[in-house]
Amino acid sequence: MGIVYKPIDPEKEGIEDLEILSEKLLSKPSPGSAGKTGTWRLYKPRILVDKCIKCGICWLYCPEDTIAWPYRGLPSINYDYCKGCGICANVCPVNAIEMILEGE
Amino acid sequence: MARRVLMGNTAVAEAVRLAGVQVVTAYPITPQTVIVERIAEMVERGELKARYIRVESEHSALALVYGAAAGGARAFTATSSHGLLYMYEMLWWVAGSRLPIVMAVVTRSIGPPWGLHSDHHDALTVRDTGWIIGFASSVQEAFDMTLQAFKISEDRRVMLPAMVALEGFTLSHTAEPVEMPDEKSVSEWLPPREPLPFKIEPGKAFAVGNTGPDEVTMELKWLAWRAMERSRFVIRETDLEYAKRFGLRSYGGLVEDVYAKGSDYVVVAMGAWCGDLKEAVEKLRGEGYRVGLLRIRYFRPFPWEELREVSQNAKAVLVIDRAVSIGHRGILGLEVSSAIGDRVPVKNVIAGIGGVDTGPEDFYSIVKTFIEEYESGSIEGWSIPEWYMPWMGVVSK
Ligand code: SF4
Ligand code: SF4
Repeated sequence: MGIVYKPIDPEKEGIEDLEILSEKLLSKPSPGSAGKTGTWRLYKPRILVDKCIKCGICWLYCPEDTIAWPYRGLPSINYDYCKGCGICANVCPVNAIEMILEGE
Repeated sequence: MARRVLMGNTAVAEAVRLAGVQVVTAYPITPQTVIVERIAEMVERGELKARYIRVESEHSALALVYGAAAGGARAFTATSSHGLLYMYEMLWWVAGSRLPIVMAVVTRSIGPPWGLHSDHHDALTVRDTGWIIGFASSVQEAFDMTLQAFKISEDRRVMLPAMVALEGFTLSHTAEPVEMPDEKSVSEWLPPREPLPFKIEPGKAFAVGNTGPDEVTMELKWLAWRAMERSRFVIRETDLEYAKRFGLRSYGGLVEDVYAKGSDYVVVAMGAWCGDLKEAVEKLRGEGYRVGLLRIRYFRPFPWEELREVSQNAKAVLVIDRAVSIGHRGILGLEVSSAIGDRVPVKNVIAGIGGVDTGPEDFYSIVKTFIEEYESGSIEGWSIPEWYMPWMGVVSK
């Protein structure tokens, strides 16, 4: 006879397995679950407040959700998690974001 | 209880209606198309309150019901042949995420060349994905199996998607009388779906199957494997319960035994042609041969326990295959050999590929040859595929 798998209580085991499953299969987003990713940055975005027209496009496009934008207000960047990808600088319609080399 | 004359495809659509499916995705492919056409009519007439969504490909058809099921809906789709292959990637995601989706697969050969008729390659090439795979052999069974698929797949002990395979044209486009329970008694037996194992809702953000440690990949496989093992009980139980509740037939769980237990010779096969095979077996029994048919109803989970039990006292087993694993042997033959090949000689015959007609006379001669070979002691070739691999119905010269 080969290996026979017979759960003692299929109902109980089924429910327990579903609990393990949702713990392992699902992940809930939370800030900084991968550590402070800001340290990965080579270039740092800087918002030129005089040029900014407060349109919020940078906020919309930032893939890391690290730009805060009070509706129609001035955006601000959380450098703890900004990876310096430069997307915000690229999409800004008035070139109000410049990328500067880290450490300069 | 209503009695109607229905084609296989229409019977599946009726089962979908009675199950109160909420989301249906449709991409046409012969011979499945009639299923989603009938469902479209039901939605149009208001007989089924479902979202009916036309998609741009089979990959999207399955991806969309994946999303619908993740949102807690009871979801259904159907496909055939190349359509199923196009879904391949999503099949793993659905099963690995343990979403209870039901899909009808109307079997059809895979090209080249383009062909419309049935063999079992499409449904069997997806055997490792974690789907429950059932094979119907009559229109009534296609109906019963589809309805039961919802019950089995949504059971807390299981939570795996289920596929109902029915032979293209032989079942899908052939009309037979079908007994159908009424809507009220079905909805008592099959209440609305529980939102398990999880439910995606607005405002509750989470990711499904995000990149994880290697151990998680292994653990999720293990969980799906255990669930599939548990599904054996649930399939047997559902078969009995359904029969009792609706006054319909119990087929015998994972297999149907037609004189097989206790016979000297056991023939194993799957799908619609078992009707003709049964006729051949009955004729041979009339001539005094102690032979029986074990029809595999569920290919996944594979009924190895039933096979062992039934073939316990058998002298030899014959597997008639409608799909071949090129480089090895018939797919069903391999599976049967892995379950009982250590205790009884197994012969494997390939037939009916691409829909090549195999009738009762062919089965009669296949089975008779098998018995004669065994009785005359010339069976050594059965285990050497390169040397002895009988292909029935190949016309090349
Ligand atoms: S550089 Fe990239 S990560 Fe940083 S704020 Fe701009 S878009 Fe976001
Ligand atoms: S996209 Fe440019 S202009 Fe618009 S809010 Fe951001 S920095 Fe200001």
